[in-house]
Amino acid sequence: MVPTWHYLMLSAALLTIGVIGVLTRRNIIIILMSIELILNAVNLNLVAFSRQLADVSGQIFALFVITVAAAEAAVGLGILIAFFRNRDTVNADEIDLLKW
Amino acid sequence: MSFAQAVFYALAGVAVVSALLVITRRNPVHSAIWLIITLLSVALLYLQLQAEFIAAVQIILYIGGIMVLFLFVIMLVNLDVALRQEQFNRQWGVAGLAALLLAAELAGVIYLGRGTAALPQAPPGALQPNTELIGSALYQAYMLPFEIASLLLLVAMVGAVVMARRRTS
Repeated sequence: MVPTWHYLMLSAALLTIGVIGVLTRRNIIIILMSIELILNAVNLNLVAFSRQLADVSGQIFALFVITVAAAEAAVGLGILIAFFRNRDTVNADEIDLLKW
Repeated sequence: MSFAQAVFYALAGVAVVSALLVITRRNPVHSAIWLIITLLSVALLYLQLQAEFIAAVQIILYIGGIMVLFLFVIMLVNLDVALRQEQFNRQWGVAGLAALLLAAELAGVIYLGRGTAALPQAPPGALQPNTELIGSALYQAYMLPFEIASLLLLVAMVGAVVMARRRTS
């Protein structure tokens, strides 16, 4: 039997990799993918604790997180397409229309 | 090492290595394919945790839905210019340092707290039949959040269409 804290460690590793991706990459598509990585790390935690406590609520929460991830990806990619149409770039540090 | 542990470490290794490849590849298509590998190994870990329904949802919705959406957008957006530019931004040093600090902190807290949360492991088959349990919980205890989630999906759908629409006056 794998102890629960091994799952927590794996989840922390995935979360850190996602955070590094969000903070260091310039391409917005890859930043959105890193956000998906972070949400997956959260889901892994929820399902691992659901297994340990023998309670199905964790899996329900994981389902809701997946729903929000789908909504976020759809809206984020829509914004990306709108932005690319206006500025011809996908680099996050060139999104400065609100800066003066 | 038991069979379950060997499976866990193999899947965890695949997940971490492919996640690292997601954030280091230059071409977003390669990143997307490595992300699919990560999502698949996490889905297999859900199977090992006896959460079959979440594993199926992960494969159908994440890999079949969201990743296809990502690949479509990658095709719609012309990336030839971005491929030849610098891939990492200016603050990557500070950002990497902060993220490594975060990793050390998380690992330390989890390692120190591994005994305090030592609840008895659920016996095998405690969450079975999985789909039936999720269904009854979703339609009884979590009815209102379920409806709010459907509303959120509707709003996201309308928002995505409005965002991506070509402006015609």
